[in-house]
Amino acid sequence: MEAGTPQAVKLEDLHVPGQLSGRKHVLSILVENKPGVLARVAGLFSRRGFNIDTLAVGPTDDPSISRITLTLDGAVHPIDQVTKQLHKLINVLKIRDMEPEETVAREMALFKVSSAVENRAEIIQFAEIFRAKIVDVARRTMTIEVTGSADKIEAFERMVRPHGLVEMVRTGEIAIARGQD
Amino acid sequence: MRAADTLVESLQAEGVKHVFGIPGGANLPTYDALVDAPFRHVQTRHEQGAGHAAEGYAKASGKVGVAFATSGPGATNLITAIADAMLDSVPTVFITGQVKTELIGTDGFQEADVLGATLPFVKHSFQVTDPRQIPEYVHEAFHIAGTGRPGPVLLDIPQDLSRADIDYEPRTDPVDLPGYQPSTDGNVKQIRIAAKALANSRRPILYTGGGVINANASEELRELAGSDRFPVTSTLMGLGGYPASGEAWLGMLGMHGTFTANYAMDKADLIVAIGARFDDRITGKLSEFAPNAKVIHIDIDPAEISKNIGAHIPIVGDVKLVLPKLTREYRALQTDPSRLDAWWDTLRGWQQEHPLYYEPGVDGEIKPQFMIEAMHRATGGEAILTSDVGQHQMWAAQYYGFDQPRHWINSGGLGTMGFGLPAAIGAKVACPDEQVVCIAGDGSLIMNIQELATCVTEQVPVKVFLMNNGYMGMVRQWQELFWDRRYSGVDMTGSPDWVKLAEAFGATGLRCENSADLEETMTRALETDGPVLVDVQVTREENCYPMIPPGNAARDMVEAPRGSQVS
Repeated sequence: MEAGTPQAVKLEDLHVPGQLSGRKHVLSILVENKPGVLARVAGLFSRRGFNIDTLAVGPTDDPSISRITLTLDGAVHPIDQVTKQLHKLINVLKIRDMEPEETVAREMALFKVSSAVENRAEIIQFAEIFRAKIVDVARRTMTIEVTGSADKIEAFERMVRPHGLVEMVRTGEIAIARGQD
Repeated sequence: MRAADTLVESLQAEGVKHVFGIPGGANLPTYDALVDAPFRHVQTRHEQGAGHAAEGYAKASGKVGVAFATSGPGATNLITAIADAMLDSVPTVFITGQVKTELIGTDGFQEADVLGATLPFVKHSFQVTDPRQIPEYVHEAFHIAGTGRPGPVLLDIPQDLSRADIDYEPRTDPVDLPGYQPSTDGNVKQIRIAAKALANSRRPILYTGGGVINANASEELRELAGSDRFPVTSTLMGLGGYPASGEAWLGMLGMHGTFTANYAMDKADLIVAIGARFDDRITGKLSEFAPNAKVIHIDIDPAEISKNIGAHIPIVGDVKLVLPKLTREYRALQTDPSRLDAWWDTLRGWQQEHPLYYEPGVDGEIKPQFMIEAMHRATGGEAILTSDVGQHQMWAAQYYGFDQPRHWINSGGLGTMGFGLPAAIGAKVACPDEQVVCIAGDGSLIMNIQELATCVTEQVPVKVFLMNNGYMGMVRQWQELFWDRRYSGVDMTGSPDWVKLAEAFGATGLRCENSADLEETMTRALETDGPVLVDVQVTREENCYPMIPPGNAARDMVEAPRGSQVS
């Protein structure tokens, strides 16, 4: 056969798809609820040099299945390779690389902020703007619960940090696909 | 029934004929059950030996190899073999004893978290928490170890649970694990595109690996290669998948591969990777690897595809099922074979100009390459050859010329010195009617020399041909070439008298110091009953060529110097 006949596949037309997406990815992973499964997932990430940005683990509506939600940077890691390696774990049942437009993602954070008498009002105002909740008040500190996207939580952090951030705890993102009819 | 007896029953149900191992406190119940087992237990002298024997058994027979060890040090001694089986995709089940349930987590006597320690090296692992799980876990372990991309599975059984009394229900139903469903068929559309790409290629090459051996797909590979005149090269692990005497054979590729194989990859316009994984010993410098080639990658493990080298046409599947489809599709295109004439002219030219070469020995000096050629003659080229790791391994790979699959058994991925002797035991147990020869290095052999006792007491008549140069030769070669010849920790001249050592073990010891006697000595060894160790004194400072220096491209290959030996 001659090169370029309709039947042939021209070699110069063959391409390898790009490996790096350049954006943040949220992977929603269903795993069997068995001892050691998280260690298998975490171990895989560390030995392959994949860096997890956030990680959240919890039960699902089926008690035999847990969900691991993790975020990682697609500018650094080939997500395709990450999911293929994850799929090799026998206890991993399903992996979903959540599409940003079709996903609702939320994270919760608790901020303990120093609050002297003179800035207390301002902090309460920030909390209101961010639709955050004040969950504890002490003589020198105030603890605020913020829920939202990672961006929102980081924005709140920037606002309160100048007032003296004593401590902060974040859960890591969880995500769910938007409703489909 | 006692849980340990259900373990034996379950192994029998999986068709187990031979197991390897060593008892200890935590697996006493298992060993008590083994007394009445209908299969043979081979008692090794070290758990690492048991592990490599199970690997050798699996590699020679294609069946799942089984090794036992007790808890703690017994289990940790297995780890090298487990890691080795992982990197070379060897179907194996490792069964370890564990301390009693109530002692787990208390740093009890001989307690080691073997499940945690082996996580990075297993395809999967189980720890029994209820004795009734044993038949189910054994059934699943064999399924996972032997299907898809094969690999090691660990089964850890606490001592008290193996003593429990349970109702035994045999498990023979097909295993259905929702998280483990290997795809084997290959996407028909992708296969069709691959056939068309092949039809359009002017400089194709089949780059084959251990996957061809694991899949028992040699016949299918020969069919594909013969469907047109596709040149074939192979990794270290794939040797024998395509016969070395076949006309399309270019020799092994990679760091110590032939000039022709490496240059063919460099100049190819289309590489068909078949059960191979573009390891760094193959590619050298990634960015300069095969710059002109498009890649068809066929592998049972999707994660290997585009891991190191991007695949233009990925095909996930069992090569035994995919290759016949590809051959059929390709044949249907009725291509003109003359389009490969120019490519073959180039390849034949390279083969003529750049064959494997070494300076012949003078005055009876035994060149290591000559030793491998003599082994080929003495064994008729038909032995199952196991090897340790180092120069002798590379020379065996280059010079033995494997014509059949499952006849070359070595540690490729992990590169485990001391692999050869125990692997030979496993291979001989699996294939008692075949000639099993271990080509050993003096640095490697001593690492598991205790298994010579296993050969003697268990009556496993393997023949060990020791390539003795008084060095840890490959490391010495690197120190010579890349570290200004500052030799450090490589001198092995203080090794024991190997002939006396063999005799002390109750084996036969022979020595050969003159090339004129070599073949005859080898023949004598092969004809001697029982295990034999032949100490062959070879050139001390011979280097293994060709060589692509680490981190370089195929084009930077260094060939054997001619005329004057550089050293």
